[in-house]
Amino acid sequence: MGTMFARGLKRKSAEDGEDVEGGLAGTQATPSYSLQRQSLLDMSLVKLQLCHMLVEPNLCRSVLIANTVRQIQEEMTQDGTWRVLAPQAAGRAPLDRLVSTEILCRSVREQEGERPAADVGDGRTPGLVPGLSAVPSAQALRSPQSSLWEVDSSRENRGGFQKSLDQIFETLESKTPGSVEELFSDVDSSYYDLDAVLTGMVGSTQSGHGSGLQAFTAVATPPPGSSCRSDLGELDHAVEILVET
Amino acid sequence: MGSHPDIISTVEFNYSGDLLATGDKGGRVVIFQREQENKGRPHSRGEYNVYSTFQSHEPEFDYLKSLEIEEKINKIRWLPQQNAAHFLLSTNDKTIKLWKISERDKRAEGYNLKDEDGRLRDPFRITALRVPILKPMDLMVEASPRRIFANAHTYHINSISVNSDHETYLSADDLRINLWHLEITDRSFNIVDIKPVNMEELTEVITAAEFHPHQCNVFVYSSSKGTIRLCDMRSSALCDRHAKFFEEPEDPSSRSFFSEIISSISDVKFSHSGRYMMTRDYLSVKVWDLNMESRPVETHQVHEYLRSKLCSLYENDCIFDKFECCWSGSDSAIMTGSYNNFFRMFDRNTRRDVTLEASRENSKPRASLKPRKVCTGGKRKKDEISVDSLDFNKKILHTAWHPAENIIAVAATNNLYIFQDKLN
Repeated sequence: MGTMFARGLKRKSAEDGEDVEGGLAGTQATPSYSLQRQSLLDMSLVKLQLCHMLVEPNLCRSVLIANTVRQIQEEMTQDGTWRVLAPQAAGRAPLDRLVSTEILCRSVREQEGERPAADVGDGRTPGLVPGLSAVPSAQALRSPQSSLWEVDSSRENRGGFQKSLDQIFETLESKTPGSVEELFSDVDSSYYDLDAVLTGMVGSTQSGHGSGLQAFTAVATPPPGSSCRSDLGELDHAVEILVET
Repeated sequence: MGSHPDIISTVEFNYSGDLLATGDKGGRVVIFQREQENKGRPHSRGEYNVYSTFQSHEPEFDYLKSLEIEEKINKIRWLPQQNAAHFLLSTNDKTIKLWKISERDKRAEGYNLKDEDGRLRDPFRITALRVPILKPMDLMVEASPRRIFANAHTYHINSISVNSDHETYLSADDLRINLWHLEITDRSFNIVDIKPVNMEELTEVITAAEFHPHQCNVFVYSSSKGTIRLCDMRSSALCDRHAKFFEEPEDPSSRSFFSEIISSISDVKFSHSGRYMMTRDYLSVKVWDLNMESRPVETHQVHEYLRSKLCSLYENDCIFDKFECCWSGSDSAIMTGSYNNFFRMFDRNTRRDVTLEASRENSKPRASLKPRKVCTGGKRKKDEISVDSLDFNKKILHTAWHPAENIIAVAATNNLYIFQDKLN
């Protein structure tokens, strides 16, 4: 783990952003910034799902990651809204002053046109699907108030969230079966059992364990032939029964 | 848990500084004792040698949740010494134990009813009575669990703190703080509860808690949003409403998606005087005057060069590392750890700071530590280390400072380093 990713992608200036058409709303959410932001969102979602299930996950870490996801969603919602309304030049402070952060090396390479099935290597970093289009419009996103912990939010509202999750699973699915299993190798297989689901849900004072399950509930009905995702579909169904949606 | 059971997870001097306790990931406690001055071995004074080793916690399995409970020792706190024996509290994620450590250097011989090897004597052969006498034996240090405080925490315990009344202590988990009496194990009082009715609304957790060193009704707890609440137990039984609320306003120019994460407080410690408290967040250490809630009176940068690396540190989870901090005995200096086995010391009077490294290669016994420097950009000078060369696996999360002298204990993964001032 010694060396850090040294590459950084500088955020383009606002002037460049004005040339963007059909992309994200407005002058300040440039493509590179939105790509950075999307990769951060994807990374965060994967982090929430890959919590080690043998030991109860760290609640502080889960809460901080979930708050980060919520922040990104709120900003993306604002961007979407801003696209609909007339651009407000004044008062859009936060994007301007966002500290430039490093972008994943892989995501930059993919942006430049490589194969989507990126090397997941240590199984921690999500591959990005290239041509990841601009953020879905505001209607497709959950409301800013909605929380990652929710189970019963309606499916339409989870459109944007779901899309990101779908893309993560698509990427995982495109790998050889071995690597997918490796990704989940340290997850107890009983996690996918109904018993484990009920156990996790009954204890209402759940911490990260519960949140991990709830993150999975956003996954749509999976296509046939993917054992990993069919398990998650069952999980989703089971949770639906429990909360009577 | 299979790997690395020797990773040290907590370090704590006792009140006199003669004993130093460490807890590790494997649930073991190792206590070191300072050697007394000995004319025959002049250099041995001040050396800490192993005094006692015992298994404090074992791994458990929660069958209801189908999850393991780690045996890792999260915190050790000593009780003030009241007799010949020493007492400490050690805790893992769920259970706190009170341990008694006592010495035995004599044994009784000449029992009437049993032989020296313990076998019962035939009563018909006993023809005379004798008084058993105490004879010296090799020193034996025994640790025995005196109290087990269990089943009071749904979430993971992150802090324990002994009250200045020496009768009670608090234990804090992610969402609740409980008050215990040291003599009573079957009940505790819940004094803080931040669990929302609807867990979906959870956005903030408790990260650390500590009793005031002198005022037995006052304690503080810190949160993952960078706030500290001071509570007074006299005002109400459930201290959900704080007496004071400490938060530094955010600098809008440095806001990023990582702002909240790096503001999360990993440790809070009162000064020995009780007039200040110190908090550690990801990049800095802040000293607060208890009379001023609006902002800290001092901010010390620990490793500001990491600010531009936050995305990578988020990816590899290092951004969630919980560093501790500690005061020197006189409160004139503070210390905290960093990466690459570096630790930092700040002198509050001279405003000078130094970076030192805890590693075998770089320090021989009784040699001075050489200050280290991280190169942040541009040309790297000789002896400097560049940010990209730092080893983020070598983190110093736990440090302790002797209560009276300039002796420090630094835990570097599974090694313990003890440094002292040469002037002593």
